[in-house]
Amino acid sequence: MTLASRLGPNLVRALVLALLAFIIFGPLLNLVLWAFAERWYFPSKLPSQYGFTFWQRVFAPRGNAIASLGTSIWIAILTVAFSLAVAIPAGYALGRLKLPWRGAILLAFLLPQAVPNLPVYVNIAQVFYQIGLAGTITGVVLVHASHGLVLAVWIASAAFASIDGSLEEAARNIGASAWTCFRTITLPLAAPGLMASAIFVFLESLDEFTGTYFVGVPDITTLPLLMFNASMGGNYQIASITALLLLVPSIGFMLVVERFLKADVLAMVGR
Amino acid sequence: MATSSNATIGNGRLAAVALVAPALLVVAVFFVVPLVLSAVGAFRDAGGTFTLAHFDKALDLYSRDLIFTVAIVVLSTVLIAVVAVAIAGYLTLGENPKAVAVLRWLYRWPLFIPFVVAGQVMRTFLAKNGMLNHVLIASGLLEPLQADSWLDWRGIVVAFVWKQAPFVTLLLAGAMASLERQHIEAARNLGAPRLRVLIDIVLPQVRGTLLVGLVLSFVTMLSVLSVPLMINPNSPTMMTVDVAYRINTHADYAVANALCLLSLLLAAVGAAFYLRHAVKRVESGG
Repeated sequence: MTLASRLGPNLVRALVLALLAFIIFGPLLNLVLWAFAERWYFPSKLPSQYGFTFWQRVFAPRGNAIASLGTSIWIAILTVAFSLAVAIPAGYALGRLKLPWRGAILLAFLLPQAVPNLPVYVNIAQVFYQIGLAGTITGVVLVHASHGLVLAVWIASAAFASIDGSLEEAARNIGASAWTCFRTITLPLAAPGLMASAIFVFLESLDEFTGTYFVGVPDITTLPLLMFNASMGGNYQIASITALLLLVPSIGFMLVVERFLKADVLAMVGR
Repeated sequence: MATSSNATIGNGRLAAVALVAPALLVVAVFFVVPLVLSAVGAFRDAGGTFTLAHFDKALDLYSRDLIFTVAIVVLSTVLIAVVAVAIAGYLTLGENPKAVAVLRWLYRWPLFIPFVVAGQVMRTFLAKNGMLNHVLIASGLLEPLQADSWLDWRGIVVAFVWKQAPFVTLLLAGAMASLERQHIEAARNLGAPRLRVLIDIVLPQVRGTLLVGLVLSFVTMLSVLSVPLMINPNSPTMMTVDVAYRINTHADYAVANALCLLSLLLAAVGAAFYLRHAVKRVESGG
């Protein structure tokens, strides 16, 4: 065989991978360039000056970004707390107990994933406006939680279902109460799965745009909304820096996702 | 499901129902009720009587956007399917371990990137003066004078595929990895080319997973507001943008709800597939 015919497939493979790498990283690289571009005028290919001026503006102690970041994280924490508070009992019942219409109930929790959310956000915003919840943290948390609940319930239910029942039985046999047994045996064993669902809910809340856009106006500005407003206002540097802030948790989670979500849970998605 | 110990059941079904109730209540109050309100609002005039006028107006003003939305979402779904099958297929059948490892590391970067960030990323990447045009010009594929902005329907499709394809690929690659290798090896030993093995042996066994991933993506893309708003806000645009416009500019909830109901109708086609599949799975002891 000639050198060319042996090189051929390798070359094609390398080219395809390089093209894919450009498609995936090109847009991200472009974002990083914008984040550090001090001046970038048409039609130059690269910024004519780099710097941190806009970073200083974003991270100024009284800047909008710090306030929005704080709001975003606070909303995400409250959403996780609220979602898990209702998802853990529900997941336990779905995963461990005999429940009438179990299949139908699991399907009900899928509803927010299988139906476009826009009509929900639009009408919940109108209702919240009438009862004074529009533009409040509580209102936004409730909207985020009703969506995040789906993942939380499904993952929690899977986590509880995978626990070996004989451990609980042993505890009950030596006299532990149902509550003690749940607190000291079941809950710690399910903790990794519950952690995964907490991270999912946290990220979903942190990244959520449409619901906050309708329910949060005019007082709640989360990081995605700040990014959107900066971008629509033509301030690409601020928008890109904010986008980078939002990318950190997303990519961080992507890199470790398989540690939390083993194949068995992944196979459950959409079931 | 693991066999539950009788000790924990003790309290009976009532306790189980009580444990699920709060979560169900949240979904009912903050999801089902607004959904019903949307359906009701779309059919009621100011006096509260039944009317179809909002639909007339919605179709009158936005029928072009309806078609535009369907075209974009269907095209994106098809492209996502092609990309996901290609990548997941190579991850399963690829024979160069290094290439498989690189691909596995590479494909999922956009997995958890929020839509609003994907919108911003593409807004700059695909702009007339964006990186894509510079690279195309530098590589001689595009004349500098021909360079134009990609921020129209193409931009939305690119953003959707870029963001959603890794998700479907992840599901599909997971399903493919859990297949029995024997059939695949046997076919390969008989000399079947890899493309044939992928289409004839692997794909039929993971059809369900592919379908679920695609329907979830289809429904998600139908209700994404940020991407069309950032990439292509001018007419023709996607219906989500029209809904936001009716509300923010005219406080016209009636027509907005009619538009929402139309997009629900579109999603229902997809969701029907999805629920039928999900019911089958749950019934077969999922």
